[in-house]
Amino acid sequence: MSELRLEALRPRLLEPVSLSVAAGDLLFLSGPSGAGKTLLLRSIVDLDPNEGEAYVGAMARSALRPPEWRRRVGLLPAESGWWRDSVGPHFPAGGVEQIALLAALGFERDVLEWSVARLSTGERQRLSLARLLAYRPEALLLDEATANLDPTNRARVEAVVEDYRQQQGAAVFWVSHDPEQRLRLGGTALVIRDRYLIAEEPPA
Amino acid sequence: MSLISLGPFDLALAAGLVLLLATLSWRLHLGVERRILVAAARSAVQLVLLGLVLKVLFETIHPLLIALLTMVMLSVAGWEVMARQKHRFHGPWGYGIGALSMFLSSFSITLLAVTVIIGVRPWYQPQYLIPLLGMLLGNTMNGVAIALDNLTRQAWEGRGRIEARLLLGADWSEAIGDIRRDALRAGLIPIVNAMASAGIVSLPGMMTGQILAGSPPMEAAKYQLLIMFLISAGTGLGSVAAVWIGSRRLFDERERLRLDRLATARGH
Repeated sequence: MSELRLEALRPRLLEPVSLSVAAGDLLFLSGPSGAGKTLLLRSIVDLDPNEGEAYVGAMARSALRPPEWRRRVGLLPAESGWWRDSVGPHFPAGGVEQIALLAALGFERDVLEWSVARLSTGERQRLSLARLLAYRPEALLLDEATANLDPTNRARVEAVVEDYRQQQGAAVFWVSHDPEQRLRLGGTALVIRDRYLIAEEPPA
Repeated sequence: MSLISLGPFDLALAAGLVLLLATLSWRLHLGVERRILVAAARSAVQLVLLGLVLKVLFETIHPLLIALLTMVMLSVAGWEVMARQKHRFHGPWGYGIGALSMFLSSFSITLLAVTVIIGVRPWYQPQYLIPLLGMLLGNTMNGVAIALDNLTRQAWEGRGRIEARLLLGADWSEAIGDIRRDALRAGLIPIVNAMASAGIVSLPGMMTGQILAGSPPMEAAKYQLLIMFLISAGTGLGSVAAVWIGSRRLFDERERLRLDRLATARGH
């Protein structure tokens, strides 16, 4: 149960960002492409050089080694990377929950033996979410997590994230283009306008 | 057996063959005649100069002059390694990583060879030191250039999979581990192949030279063996050093992959 908090974080393209997402809360961020949404997420996990501070619960980013920090704030990038030939070795060893997680995302158990090269874009996207959740991050940062999915699989992904948010009390920071998704899932909504994050007006 | 000295006419005859090759390239529109002639002219000038320099060095055996020549050799090798990189590091690193790792490997192994193994006196006697260092630098240069190019190229193309591992909590060394292994292997393969085929497919250049100069074939074979072992050790050490320093430099103090430290590809 940890809150995600940013203090004067300065990614490229944006004015300093200060915000917090309480444990178990959902924050939606939208904005035109190229506005800096992805760069903001990359700054939070410290993949790009940036200034400012971020916290998960009481732990400050600067007080943790980068690998430890990145394990706590799990980022799901828009395009997933795979470094082995088959799916299985990308997952942490063991874990019955993994099988349940894969099932919830529409996969049989044998998916772990599949070859990565033969996965479709949508399969990669769902499997990379399963992989990320298998490492049990305390906060979730999602970059267009349902962009390449058909309605059935989009619903599966939304349900899995909702479950994780409620059961683990994870703070979820969701970047998405889809206004209907926000309406479906609720949560606070922010939008990027001229280098600032501002509250989105409620839809008419 | 004694050395038959080559006259200007003998060399001119051999040069005529290169000229013939250039003409052939021109007639067949291969487009390499210019490069053939330039390369031939370069090698002629460089080797004659080296001959002259070595003649002076052998007569004086002045440590400072010898040190100067070794530094010139190292800096040229450093340039050569840098020129062969598609994505070189910005700033002094682009030159420094290659040059430093070649310095560490070639110089220490040459030193070991002349002091302990061959036992030359004084150890800096140029007749042994310069050819040994030259052989080592030339081969280490190949290994280091291939390994470094492999490392930076794969990192450049593999950003997604490196960052995926960082995101799941891997440290920088794990995240680039498989790429580093590949790069090292690529750097070592040429010398391993050369060792395996030596004497069957190819008669190595140094052994050929000694035999032509009148050395007994067994002596020539022993020297060739010594050189090959030294070269493989030197290439291995140099590649390990280059890949290690290079892969560390790809990440910053917060273990971020910093591809902005590499230059983008130019005409290669």
